[in-house]
Amino acid sequence: MLLAEQILNGAQFGIMLFLLAAGLTLVFGIMRLINLAHGSLYMIGAFAAAWAGDATGSFLAALLAGTTAAAAIGMLIEAAVLRRLYARDHLDQVVATFGLILFFNEATTMLFGRQPLFARMPPWLAGSVELLPGVPYPAYRLAIIAVGLLVALLLYLLVARTRIGMLIRAGSSDRQMVRALGVRIGVIYMVVFGLGALLAGLAGVMAGPVFSVQVGMGEQVLLLTFVVIIIGGIGSVRGAFIGALLVGMVDTLTRAYLPGLLKTLLSTSEADAVGGGVSSMAVYLLMAAVLLWRPRGLFPAHG
Amino acid sequence: MARLTRERGLILAGLGLILAYPWGVSAVGQPFLIGLGTRILIMGLAAASLDLVVGFGGMVSFGHAAFFGIGGYAVGILAFHAHDGSAFLGLIPGSDQALVAWPAAFVLGGLAALAIGALSLRTAGVHFIMITLAFAQMLFFLFISLKTYGGDDGLSFRPRNLLPGLDTRNETSFYYVVAVLLVGFLVLAGRLLDARFGTALRGVRENERRLAALGIPPYGIKLAAFTLSGAVAGLAGALMANQARFVSPELLHWTKSGDLLIMVILGGLGTLYGPVLGAAVLIMLETVLALWTEHWMVVLGPMLVALILFARGGLWGVLAGTRRS
Repeated sequence: MLLAEQILNGAQFGIMLFLLAAGLTLVFGIMRLINLAHGSLYMIGAFAAAWAGDATGSFLAALLAGTTAAAAIGMLIEAAVLRRLYARDHLDQVVATFGLILFFNEATTMLFGRQPLFARMPPWLAGSVELLPGVPYPAYRLAIIAVGLLVALLLYLLVARTRIGMLIRAGSSDRQMVRALGVRIGVIYMVVFGLGALLAGLAGVMAGPVFSVQVGMGEQVLLLTFVVIIIGGIGSVRGAFIGALLVGMVDTLTRAYLPGLLKTLLSTSEADAVGGGVSSMAVYLLMAAVLLWRPRGLFPAHG
Repeated sequence: MARLTRERGLILAGLGLILAYPWGVSAVGQPFLIGLGTRILIMGLAAASLDLVVGFGGMVSFGHAAFFGIGGYAVGILAFHAHDGSAFLGLIPGSDQALVAWPAAFVLGGLAALAIGALSLRTAGVHFIMITLAFAQMLFFLFISLKTYGGDDGLSFRPRNLLPGLDTRNETSFYYVVAVLLVGFLVLAGRLLDARFGTALRGVRENERRLAALGIPPYGIKLAAFTLSGAVAGLAGALMANQARFVSPELLHWTKSGDLLIMVILGGLGTLYGPVLGAAVLIMLETVLALWTEHWMVVLGPMLVALILFARGGLWGVLAGTRRS
């Protein structure tokens, strides 16, 4: 019974990671940009939503504020900073976007203080649903899963079935050729980045009521997002989806069950400490194993 | 020739500054600044060791703090067992002797780098950045879970490791011990980089395939550089543990790896001495900005972005009048 609940938790966490990873993997795949500040967009979405939700009391306003703020700030930093980094080596990108993280974290602290913000759930999702007899599950978390699946479907249709999607795929496999064919690649870059930022903001909005809205929330999830896209294969949305679910499940299930298993071997407090540590390590172990087995990830996008 | 002289002059000026610093800050009545100088030299040592890998070998390691932290914990754990008379894993007795603990930190840092490097160097580019980060994160969480050694809260110990004939508790003596180790490393690394190994290492950065065609397998060169770099970072971590008399998982936090990369870039990639300058500038900048405002990172962040966008080549290149080697 509890297992079903934990699997749903894992799926929900995985879906959240997918929303972040989808944008990151496209930006990575097409612009060859390591954007450490992607987690900041998630944080911006969460803060803007918590603030707007508190001011208006409406979840719809929060949703709009969070996604718009993340997309707008994302496109702003793309135009002001990141665009100049596409042709640079990864080291420059890591350091410059690290600088952006410092800025966004501190600016958010100055605006909102160090106390976590409270983000309210929409009242119509506050209850729980009985999926299986005797297993109530929060409706809000189910809604996150549903929204994530919907986004995945829309992204799939966008990438696989539309003209812009075709250009995205083309840019991902050979951007020089796309440019040579007369496509204005700068516009594609901006659209892709804006879309990625929007999805990161959406993840932030939805995460607000579940996790705490505080400075630093971006980095916690950023590293896991990188794990996801490395496992999935850079540039592949499908890989990001599978990778995100895998990471979400592994993280949630080891966190739920490992300390319990260790208690058969160790004392309670030690089992909690070791179990917590090992379950935090689990996703990184998974990534290292995948990379050693398939150095380009599970679904590499480039030939 | 003129350029060479200018760089030589800069090295001598730096050396003079390092030697005179404790005397200088005492002369202006601010002896507590000696500790700041020690921290700069220690981070300079770690950053210079990272430059071997990133600047000369072209391998962007985003997990260097792991080796730094391992070195720190080697000192902390040995001191912990020396204090309560127990043994690590019931086998290895503790020690508060620098001549035991510091070589141990060096060797453990090197062994960790050998193991992590052997696996990570099978990948390249972005994947290498991420897999080194992943290994560093694993070690970070490992130390968090070690409740015996303080877990999350870290482990404080005293006194500093003992050196025969020297009082390491004295800030000035400890400063000079660190300075000697840093200068020693810079001299040895400079010789090594001028030797065949250094040429081969630059070859790895420029073109691995060509290097292999010349009959030098790149993997061995890369792994050797990575291992050496990790060992020196371990030593730097041991010194930092002694400076603070405290170790915590913070030493291995991924932002520490980021800080080290910033120092290398700020000072100048592939310049060996530049990263020490980078460490000095970054730490002093942080200290000064922190005096001015609690929210200093809001200033430092955009400065880093501007540094990357507009000032390429690093401070050492600007001062020495050389582009990156």
